[in-house]
Amino acid sequence: MVTYVTRFGSLDQYEKGGVEVIDDDPRHYAFSNIFEVASISKPYEKVTVGKNLEYVLEAIRADGTSEWRVAAHDEFALVMDGEVEIRFVKPDQPLVAEDKEGSIRVEVEPAGSPMGYVLARRGHMTLLPAQVAYRFSAERPGVILLQTIQGDDTIERWAEICQQMA
Amino acid sequence: MTESATLDVEAGQPSELGYRSFRLGEFAFSRDEYFVSLTWPTGRHVMSADAFLRALQRDVAWDFFYGIINFDGVLGTVNHYGTVDMFAGRYNDAYRKAELDHVETFDTPLIRETFKAMLADWTNEGFDPFASPEETGSAFGPKHGDNIDAITRRRVTAQRMVAVAGDEALRTDDNGHPVNRQFADVPQDEPEIHAEEGFEDELASFNLFAYLSRSSVTWNPSVVSVCKDSLYCPTTEEYILPVIHGNDRVEWFVQLSDEIYWDVEDRDSGAKRAKVIMKAGDVASMPADIRHQGYAPKRSMLLVWENASGKIPELISSGKLPSTAVQF
Repeated sequence: MVTYVTRFGSLDQYEKGGVEVIDDDPRHYAFSNIFEVASISKPYEKVTVGKNLEYVLEAIRADGTSEWRVAAHDEFALVMDGEVEIRFVKPDQPLVAEDKEGSIRVEVEPAGSPMGYVLARRGHMTLLPAQVAYRFSAERPGVILLQTIQGDDTIERWAEICQQMA
Repeated sequence: MTESATLDVEAGQPSELGYRSFRLGEFAFSRDEYFVSLTWPTGRHVMSADAFLRALQRDVAWDFFYGIINFDGVLGTVNHYGTVDMFAGRYNDAYRKAELDHVETFDTPLIRETFKAMLADWTNEGFDPFASPEETGSAFGPKHGDNIDAITRRRVTAQRMVAVAGDEALRTDDNGHPVNRQFADVPQDEPEIHAEEGFEDELASFNLFAYLSRSSVTWNPSVVSVCKDSLYCPTTEEYILPVIHGNDRVEWFVQLSDEIYWDVEDRDSGAKRAKVIMKAGDVASMPADIRHQGYAPKRSMLLVWENASGKIPELISSGKLPSTAVQF
């Protein structure tokens, strides 16, 4: 009987595929690898690895404790590697305008009601609800893939992270 | 040409083999023990019945999806979100040059109901068009029974996120979703949710990888999270994508586990453009002017990420948006 092995990636161990061009430009595919991007990122930098008009996928290196952030819309954090604690506070007053896209930094721990926390490991996906402040922390480096909208702190460095040569 | 449509499905009497024939405008469809045959005023075409039914199943389940669904290099549909083109040879250089291609436009309800009737009549007991070849019986032979439960599976479309209170439920053994044989080693642990009193329904988290390991279908994206028009549509892939998807917008892939090889062709001519090899953690966009078909040697987890905005196809076709996701 065959024993199947499911291969996930991690910061410590990943293999990268690529674009083999026949009649095209590899830049058209914006090909990158989440673990490679996180391995060269500073903690909690929000580096875009996917962009579809205003919507983005951000690869985030979870390492230590992040700042508090909040968005006017739902976001979703998928842990791709490591273990990440996500702590939530419901602010007494809205911290971000309803029409603001992407998350904003909250300079200090917001005044409000502690909602609790989620401890998420590889493969776990967590709702970051609209108008709820959140903070990540990770004892060891991990990786988060964030489904969100491009905001003031979203970083684009396509030329550094994407395959450019055939 | 455009043909006015009614909701009357044109189906013939069962043949000696038990299968009905169907007409859709000037297209005529029939099947025998092994093949589906198709004719139109300027040509004819044959597909293996199993390949045809796998493609038809996706077109029906996805309600014609985004853009073009090529059943193979000749036959397919184009979704105009209210009407659907059925074509033969339209996106094939040789057919176009020989002027043998044919296109008809139908109101979506007519082509939807015709395809559903065809799928129901031509799918035999034991054959599951959604399953991998290792996990289904044969599509072939004279008509014997049906498999209505398999071909009418409900497609998961979370409104906010799977596992949120009142939204799509987790998959478990008890609700008929055992772990797939090729994902037996995927951890099934769930995240720890420590909610303060009164916030139990506001914190939500789930194991997406465990959820996907329990999918009984292949090549069938379903929505698990929604950020306005940004949709996470993960899917599990094994063997070959039964259709060649022609994009009308940029589409992104995130390989969550294992590997998939993509053949990429020009959307309109079918000329080869690239191969994209994706391994766990890789991210790639598919431009809006290509068509693609994937090959997964082992069952794998793929996150398909879509922007569902209805404005995009017109913006791209009018040149107001580029066909690539980013320029650098």
